[in-house]
Amino acid sequence: MLKSTGIPTKEDLQKIYPSAERLAKGPVAIIECFQRIPCNPCATACTRGAILPFQDINNQPQLDAEQCTGCALCVASCPGLAVFVVDMTYSEQEALIKLPYEYLPLPRVNTTVKALNRAGEVVGQGTVIRVQTPPAFDRTAVIHLAVAKTVAHEVRNIVVEDEANDA
Amino acid sequence: MINTQIAIIGGGPAGLRAALAAAQTGAKVLLLDNSDHLGGQLIKQTHMFFGSQQQFAGSRGIDIATRLATELRQFENVQIMLETTVLGIYEDGVLLAEQDDKVRKIKAERIIVAIGASERMLAFPNNDLPGVYGAGAAQTLMNVHGVRPGHRVLMVGAGNIGLIVTYQMLQAGVQVVGIVEAAPTIGGYLVHAAKVRRAGVPIYTSHTVKEAYGDGAVEGAIIWQLDEKWAPIPGTEQDLAIDVICLAVGLSPLSDLLWQAGCQMTYVPQLGGSVAVRNSLLCTTNQQIYIAGDVAGVEEASSAMVEGQVAGLGAALSLGLGGEQAHAMLADARGQLAALRSGPVGEKIRAGLSLVEKGVTADA
Amino acid sequence: MRITEHPILRYQKGPKVKFIYDGQEVEGYEGEPIAAALHAAGIKTLSHSHIENRPRGFFCAIGTCSSCLMTVDGVPNVRICVEKLKAGMCVETQQGKGVLR
Repeated sequence: MLKSTGIPTKEDLQKIYPSAERLAKGPVAIIECFQRIPCNPCATACTRGAILPFQDINNQPQLDAEQCTGCALCVASCPGLAVFVVDMTYSEQEALIKLPYEYLPLPRVNTTVKALNRAGEVVGQGTVIRVQTPPAFDRTAVIHLAVAKTVAHEVRNIVVEDEANDA
Repeated sequence: MINTQIAIIGGGPAGLRAALAAAQTGAKVLLLDNSDHLGGQLIKQTHMFFGSQQQFAGSRGIDIATRLATELRQFENVQIMLETTVLGIYEDGVLLAEQDDKVRKIKAERIIVAIGASERMLAFPNNDLPGVYGAGAAQTLMNVHGVRPGHRVLMVGAGNIGLIVTYQMLQAGVQVVGIVEAAPTIGGYLVHAAKVRRAGVPIYTSHTVKEAYGDGAVEGAIIWQLDEKWAPIPGTEQDLAIDVICLAVGLSPLSDLLWQAGCQMTYVPQLGGSVAVRNSLLCTTNQQIYIAGDVAGVEEASSAMVEGQVAGLGAALSLGLGGEQAHAMLADARGQLAALRSGPVGEKIRAGLSLVEKGVTADA
Repeated sequence: MRITEHPILRYQKGPKVKFIYDGQEVEGYEGEPIAAALHAAGIKTLSHSHIENRPRGFFCAIGTCSSCLMTVDGVPNVRICVEKLKAGMCVETQQGKGVLR
């Protein structure tokens, strides 16, 4: 259970996950925010109004998935690093995941990294497609990772092998 | 003797915001801090803050500190004294402060105490071994001074501080073998928990430290499980090889100065310990003394900043400064505080504050 | 134990200086707390409890807990978690409670 493990259950995820129809249309934000806390930067960051303005700052984010383009502005601005983007249309076999990453070293584009699930377990591998670090992201990098579609709804972190430490 | 209208003790989030609010009313402000920097504990908060834009949500604590300090230094009516420790507040309204091994006298018409809180200890055998650190202390060592606290860490406490410092340890290249939490559920924000879980750090809820061991310094810890009555369950021991135990088991308001000043105090567990009885403008039973931030009740930095505004404006208004604009700013700040505290995570603080209010009624 | 690279922070350090810890030469950065320099050098025991003589280390980092009191340049009971390092300082493990001179 989420409150004792820190890992959302299937039921928790069902409540916030966009529909299969929406996922089939292209990139969309997955807001893994399951608790009422006083916080709203995701809504202020969204330039398309897809994350609806908060009536009460303690509310959980409400996503209008039809307005969302999966741009990932909210991924970098969420103080809880709880927003991801999943694009199930990336290729025949692979989905693209955009995830927030605040560790060093940053992964290099076109390298293969281990893909971790919400419990930090290795569930496969992914190819780093892009690493976004614009100043507006304020030191939260957004990693674009191609993974097998079968694990697209599980993969939420990566392990970058530190070459300097390995040497 | 230094003369000022409003002296503010403590230059953390609450004190900085109090100084800014008071300075905006034109008051002559003196801000005192015992450290060599402004910002208090903000200077080690590398994570993005929660709340709304009014409390700089989305900005990192370190950057909020710089921003507030820079803004404050623009005011000509503000004097800042760093590395200055206030020793006492006396009946005639005079503060004694030590700076550079010299005692200075400061006469202020209003005093805002914003001195924060200190970390709590946890009782277990060998908790005094070198390597048992306050989580905030380990955070200072890493984030301010650039030194890793150790190689393998056991974090005690899954409140926001325990979760955030765990994450920051991972960022600094320190391994965290786990977080133990005596309660059956995680006390901190679940998004913070999720960050460390997906980095592979286990959270052992309903667990506590049985003992630490080591020859001259921590070499390991034994943890065990607690039953639903919080009693340890023999046979559930796990031996963890670690060199640091970080205690993130809560904070207590630094109440000494307020006791010494003779403010009426009340013990409120939900607020972390002894706090001064105060009115809605954060004025204590001593009409000269206001409080703001963790010393008024342990809470988040976002609400500490807003409390600072309330106290700063309250103190200025009581001196006849600020006028309509200060009243409007005050109403806005109080609205922000109410909003920040209105959700489920504000439940504890609301319960604590209602006890303080009852204390006022009972003694009035 | 020094952090050389950090995803969020850039550390601004003073010049590298040498100081003496219990007779041995140790390096640190000028202006950082003495405790940070000692910790980076792997020195964890800073003081001892008065009755049982148990080792005590760094604890609060903000000068409130008294776990790090040492003798610095002959002055006892210096809170080395907040006392800034200077070149050539003599930092010693304190015996007993220290004497005022």
